[in-house]
Amino acid sequence: MTATYLRFELLRTFRNSRFFVFSFGFPLILYFVIAGPNKGVGDFEGTGISAPLYYMIGLAAFGAMMSTLSSGARIAGERSVGWNRQLRITPLRAGSYLGAKVLTAYAMALLSIVLMYAAGFALGVRLPAGDWLLMTLLILVGLVPFAALGIVIGHLMTVDSIGPVMGGVTSLLALLGGTWFPITSGFMYDLARCLPSYWLVQASHVGVGGDGWGLQGWVAIAAWSVGLSLLAAKVYRRDTARV
Amino acid sequence: MTNPTSTTAGPAGVELRGLVKSWRSAAGPVHAVRGVDVSIARGETVALLGPNGAGKSTTIDMLLGLARPDAGSVSVFGMSPTAAIDAGAVGAMLQTGALVQHLTVRELVTMMASLFPSPLDVGEVLELAGIEEIAGQRTNRLSGGQTQRVRAAVALVSDPDLLVLDEPTVAMDVEGRHAFWATMRAFAARGKTVVFATHYLEEADAHADRAVLMARGRVVADGPTTEIKAMVGARTIRATLPGADLDALGALPGVVAADRHGDAVILSCSDSDAAIRALLDGWSQARDVEISGAGLEQAFLQLTGEEEAWEDPRDAGARPEESVR
Repeated sequence: MTATYLRFELLRTFRNSRFFVFSFGFPLILYFVIAGPNKGVGDFEGTGISAPLYYMIGLAAFGAMMSTLSSGARIAGERSVGWNRQLRITPLRAGSYLGAKVLTAYAMALLSIVLMYAAGFALGVRLPAGDWLLMTLLILVGLVPFAALGIVIGHLMTVDSIGPVMGGVTSLLALLGGTWFPITSGFMYDLARCLPSYWLVQASHVGVGGDGWGLQGWVAIAAWSVGLSLLAAKVYRRDTARV
Repeated sequence: MTNPTSTTAGPAGVELRGLVKSWRSAAGPVHAVRGVDVSIARGETVALLGPNGAGKSTTIDMLLGLARPDAGSVSVFGMSPTAAIDAGAVGAMLQTGALVQHLTVRELVTMMASLFPSPLDVGEVLELAGIEEIAGQRTNRLSGGQTQRVRAAVALVSDPDLLVLDEPTVAMDVEGRHAFWATMRAFAARGKTVVFATHYLEEADAHADRAVLMARGRVVADGPTTEIKAMVGARTIRATLPGADLDALGALPGVVAADRHGDAVILSCSDSDAAIRALLDGWSQARDVEISGAGLEQAFLQLTGEEEAWEDPRDAGARPEESVR
């Protein structure tokens, strides 16, 4: 019974053209604006990686993060028209409701990643098939905290406030996580290593010979996943109790 | 009438016992519901009638399990509200609400049908709600009245044994109301239990077997709609009549009470037709004569006799969304 529900949930997300422009168009335009002029830079900022590749993986992580968090805007929108109350007087389980939201978020994230890969390919990025795959899998794992964060924000914010909040959260996480500039030392480095966005970028670096997460990365992602999932469950239950 | 898709059995109807619910707000606690007892038999159509702030929506939220009572209990066909909902026995049209976007009407109804154990056929629901013609339209391109009809279809799609409607016709024009109630009566005729909230006496009179009058979080009267109508449908005669004898006016046929405001006299009537004839026969100098319906608020004030407390906003039983934020 939830397969039909999930199908229409996906369908109405894919039909939202405004969402597509912002979630998919924005990172792509950014990519061509930033990486395009540096197409020939082979060793970007001493990373040993070409500029188009560096920005492709950074923006793939950033775009995936944005797409995943966008489930929050959809939840806030549904709450604003009372649709959550309508769903609560159906037999739909909390797990199915939230599961559909997470699956939709992941479908959007995967699509944004594939589009960014295609953009990178267009600017001359070439990687072995295994690297593309491994990098993608690790990014998807790194998105778990963001799927939970989207649910949390969607239940705490209203339609009016969610835009600025979402914009601020994504910009800050991307900046401090090293999406725009490599962070390699000092306090910013210590701070970044505590953020899920840093490990998301590191996940994408696996594809270019990066050393992956190591123990600290896995612990950080696991801790954020568990913490934010508990918080998501809490705000969802509180939403039931209040209305 | 038999109902082959019924998911519940037995004689138990809907029982609300000693319901109490308060909300916290910036201005202090809002005592929305202060002790509500209502029994509704299977197959009955009952109106919850009362002015805004009477506690109707809060009562309905508790009936649907959307709000947990501070005290008291709710039983729907012998089950908790949650169990009744899981069994697909409850359908509801909530007071506030729009539809999610980017789906056609048919897709939306199909999606909702998929959530229930034994839903009606989608085509049948579209026909019942009178929305076959707009089945292919996107939900964000509907008029207010069309949206309400789609919301009605969503409420009916589970083939519920209990249908709950919270002020369903507020956004509708006269024609829309007529069509809406025709749909609901057709559905009720299948042996369904229907509970609806309204602040229109005419709506309760026309469509319910019984009306439960609520004011300030309490039930102030409960009976057949004809009885309730006589109780709150009283009329008032107002006339300019300087120096008239109030005792004589109060003794006129059809007059319950006489009052004076300056040069005007106000006669509360049980039978305004008899009263106006007697008034004009005896006091031909009466000018500026008006006859008006008492209105629900005024009728409730007379029934509850607590006029001064009525204006206290903390007692108004405001909707939680408005009071919390």
